[in-house]
Amino acid sequence: MSLKQTPLYKMHQKYGGKIIDFGGWALPVQFTGIIKEHHMVRQKAGLFDVSHMGEISITGPEALEFTRYLVTNDVKQLQDNQIIYTPMCYPDGGIVDDLLVYKISSENILLVVNAANLDKDFAWIKEHAFSGVEVENLSDSYAQLAVQGPEAERILQKRSDTDLGSIKFFWFKPNVKIAGVQCLVSRTGYTGEDGFEIYVSPDKAAYLWEKILETGGEDITPIGLGARDTLRFEAKLPLYGQEMDKNITPLEAGLGYFVKLQDDDFIGKEALAKQKQANPERVLVEFEMVDKGIPRSHYQVEKDGINIGWVTTGAHAPTLKKAIGLALIKQQYNQPGEEIDIIIRNKAVKARIARGIFYSKNTKSK
Amino acid sequence: MEVPKDLLYTTEHEWIRVEGEQVYLGITDYAQDQLGDIVFVELPELETEVITGDAIAVVESVKAVSSVYSPVSGTVVESNIELEDLPELLNEEPYSNHIAVINISDPDELEDLMSPADYEAFCAEQE
Repeated sequence: MSLKQTPLYKMHQKYGGKIIDFGGWALPVQFTGIIKEHHMVRQKAGLFDVSHMGEISITGPEALEFTRYLVTNDVKQLQDNQIIYTPMCYPDGGIVDDLLVYKISSENILLVVNAANLDKDFAWIKEHAFSGVEVENLSDSYAQLAVQGPEAERILQKRSDTDLGSIKFFWFKPNVKIAGVQCLVSRTGYTGEDGFEIYVSPDKAAYLWEKILETGGEDITPIGLGARDTLRFEAKLPLYGQEMDKNITPLEAGLGYFVKLQDDDFIGKEALAKQKQANPERVLVEFEMVDKGIPRSHYQVEKDGINIGWVTTGAHAPTLKKAIGLALIKQQYNQPGEEIDIIIRNKAVKARIARGIFYSKNTKSK
Repeated sequence: MEVPKDLLYTTEHEWIRVEGEQVYLGITDYAQDQLGDIVFVELPELETEVITGDAIAVVESVKAVSSVYSPVSGTVVESNIELEDLPELLNEEPYSNHIAVINISDPDELEDLMSPADYEAFCAEQE
């Protein structure tokens, strides 16, 4: 099967990206090296191609009401041009996907979903659509670039007449010109740093990519999927397929803040309300290695030789310079300071449950 | 890609330097490039008896976990403990930083290893 290419595929080749198969997409895992790219984003700025992400539009008079019914977070509190993060659940509380909801207006909502879940999400949303609501997969109409890091605003501002400082965290502007190109710009990202995500017509994406790199000069560099993962993980941002999936609820995944059980009905509400009342049996915890070793996804977690869960993501965190992880474990073992064993190549390696050990985000607060 | 002429090689992208009855073992430039940033090395314990093909060490990069196999039979007589704190040395100077030293029990096994020219040809096929 041939891999799908984003509109920036030629740019990845031009800038020396090491191309891999990422869920059917040909995308760069790295350019100059994962750790170097990671530090660039934390210290200066990085440019990401995230065009593989899916965009689904919901339009019609009932668009907002329908979106509220689809997701766990209260999208009805959004103002125009505001964004919210939310899980989307099955009736049993398991997660279909996690996504961003962009409210263009009450009758025009844009959902940004994970690439690997796009087809599943689109089918799910269509299946539940209220009459009079139109659901469209617009993924092929958008390329998406992310500019992330403390220098992101300064670099982009050089090429735009719009005051980017006026776009607050989790807000967007639909008609921003960057280097003369019409874009939708949001102050969002997946790195724990300040920055922007830019939605642009596919035929303008490569031009914009080059202009942003040219403008940033030494202060910006292309970033691959490898550093995207270390950056999001180090900032404790969850990833679908690891921290959550159809068998894990948002309450178990530590996403209770994004589940609003008051007032309106939504898919999964009953199951989640019940689970909240009974306290979830499993919980996502932070841990750090005590003995040497690197925890990785799916490694089992034991306490006194008894299996209590598994690692959802683990890594050597490049900025924190230590091996840390997230694990989904049985609730009764969730005690900060508690020693647990991570099973690495059939050996029990000591780790400790902790709290607040992840990287503190530098995103602009609301 | 660098392939020094004074070393022997395996299809697992390891290099071997023979010094009398001892062999120094490391990973090649090709291997470190494929792995990317190396963040952890699990070293073999001293006095471990190994036979050819045994996994004796593990090299972990940000994205991958890769075993290092013993190219010979014998006894582990040294582990390069410097790599515990500085695993990135394997990226920076793969041929100056060995992982372990093995006392060989059967020198004939060295004849199964690849010459620099063979290894270069082998790598070219991998592309």
